[in-house]
Amino acid sequence: MSRVSPELSTLDEPGRSIGLLDVFRRRYLLSLIVRKEVQIRYRGSVLGWMWSYVKPLVQFAVFYVAIGVFLGMNGRVDYFPIYLLAGITVVTFFNEAFSNGTRSLVDNAALIKKIYLPREMFPVASMMIAAVNTLPQIVVVIVIALFFGWAPSLLQIGAILLGLLIVAMLATGLGLFFGAINVTFRDAQSFVEIIVMCAVWASPVMYQWEMVAQAVPEWLFTAYRLNPITIGVELFHYGIWFPLNPQDAFLIPDMWLFAGIAVVTSLVLLIIGQAVFRRLEGRFAQDL
Amino acid sequence: MPKISDTAVAPRVAVRDVHKDFKLRHTHSIKETVLAAVRRRPLTTEFHALDGVSFEIGEGEAVALLGFNGSGKSTTLKMISGVLRPDSGQVLTRGRVAGLIEVGAGFHPDLSGRENIYLNAAILGMTKKETEERFDDIVAFSEIEQFIDTEVKHYSSGMFLRLAFSVAIHTEVDILLIDEILSVGDEPFQKKCLARIRELHAKGKTLVVVSHDLDMVSHLCERGILLKGGKVVFDGDSKEAVALMRR
Repeated sequence: MSRVSPELSTLDEPGRSIGLLDVFRRRYLLSLIVRKEVQIRYRGSVLGWMWSYVKPLVQFAVFYVAIGVFLGMNGRVDYFPIYLLAGITVVTFFNEAFSNGTRSLVDNAALIKKIYLPREMFPVASMMIAAVNTLPQIVVVIVIALFFGWAPSLLQIGAILLGLLIVAMLATGLGLFFGAINVTFRDAQSFVEIIVMCAVWASPVMYQWEMVAQAVPEWLFTAYRLNPITIGVELFHYGIWFPLNPQDAFLIPDMWLFAGIAVVTSLVLLIIGQAVFRRLEGRFAQDL
Repeated sequence: MPKISDTAVAPRVAVRDVHKDFKLRHTHSIKETVLAAVRRRPLTTEFHALDGVSFEIGEGEAVALLGFNGSGKSTTLKMISGVLRPDSGQVLTRGRVAGLIEVGAGFHPDLSGRENIYLNAAILGMTKKETEERFDDIVAFSEIEQFIDTEVKHYSSGMFLRLAFSVAIHTEVDILLIDEILSVGDEPFQKKCLARIRELHAKGKTLVVVSHDLDMVSHLCERGILLKGGKVVFDGDSKEAVALMRR
């Protein structure tokens, strides 16, 4: 190779991406992938998208009877069903985005092995699909809240959006991280299942934060609030449940401070997830 | 050396002293890895897929990568497409690369032929506008007009491959990578594909072809690169390369 071509600078290395930014540069493909998954979800079913409304309603009924009536939470918390449903929505969004994001690379192995595209596409698409699936749930809980006189302030609407943003970033970052590891070690998948199982109990969904504050030492309660999902749930409570003026309802202490920390935490995890993803990406095509 | 030396323009593909080892992993879970480490068993075995491969492909050339199974042809092709990256050395390309490497990988059985065309074209890097412009050509080429709104899972395997191939061959590319694709479909369709590939070549597209059909390849391509054990053993006229390989 003695002869070096003059216009070498116009040559590019194939398969070199700029990571997440590339995904948004190819947002047309991203939108097609998301639309495909959304379409396929209820293909061949008579009720179709109705199921997206039926499922949260049934879940709601079950929790209402089991936890509200049997465990007596209805008497302790005003508008407990709405409190419950708001929290469950956040955790379900996180769980779906995170666990599907972790499995997304293995599920798309056939494609990754044969055609080059920015591989971040798959965890990001998983998150967006989960977001689309979460929308009906949010609609359901807001419609129910409207019956009870839901009239939120702008700040409270903003809190709902901030909560979604935090959870979306967190789930994408963790999805990138565990998804990349899952290519080589399928253990990641099982580990994520455990995290997902714990997520609903590690945040004030079925109970109120006061019960945690009373039961654990101060430092542990701080750690509890450092969990971005906890803050996501509390932001949802603030946006959906607070405007109903429930009795004896208090914001989790320093909610806005911890919301700021949650934004930073999820952003940092997103960056770490992306960095690890890029490090391991070179081996995807041969390890899958 | 043919062609490239007398062109002043930059090459379309440059492969420079590329090495690629595959680690054949013996463990597939953290537990197995720890156990193997404790017992001091090797975690991986190395396999040299490419061992210092270098070549350049100029504008509008049609090049056949030749060699027996395991010689590194497909690995080289995957490097050019960007699916794999070299361990050392450099692989560079200029312009848009699209592979006919096992077409249909991006197809979803539950989507209709029409939806699959859009999805697959986007996977191959086309924009919405480009796909719309070519949509009719793609359908016409595949000869499945009446089934275009049927779900792909109801297609026969021949119909499926025709559609998949048709999408891939209509993508906007500068460099077309072809891996063992011409072995699909019935004979009339194969001939049609070959004619289409020749047409692209005549338009000045660069082709890199891997196939075991040596006669077809030596007719289609003027240049042949013969690989053996991950090394280039011959680079020159394709008929000579085939003769050398058959010897």
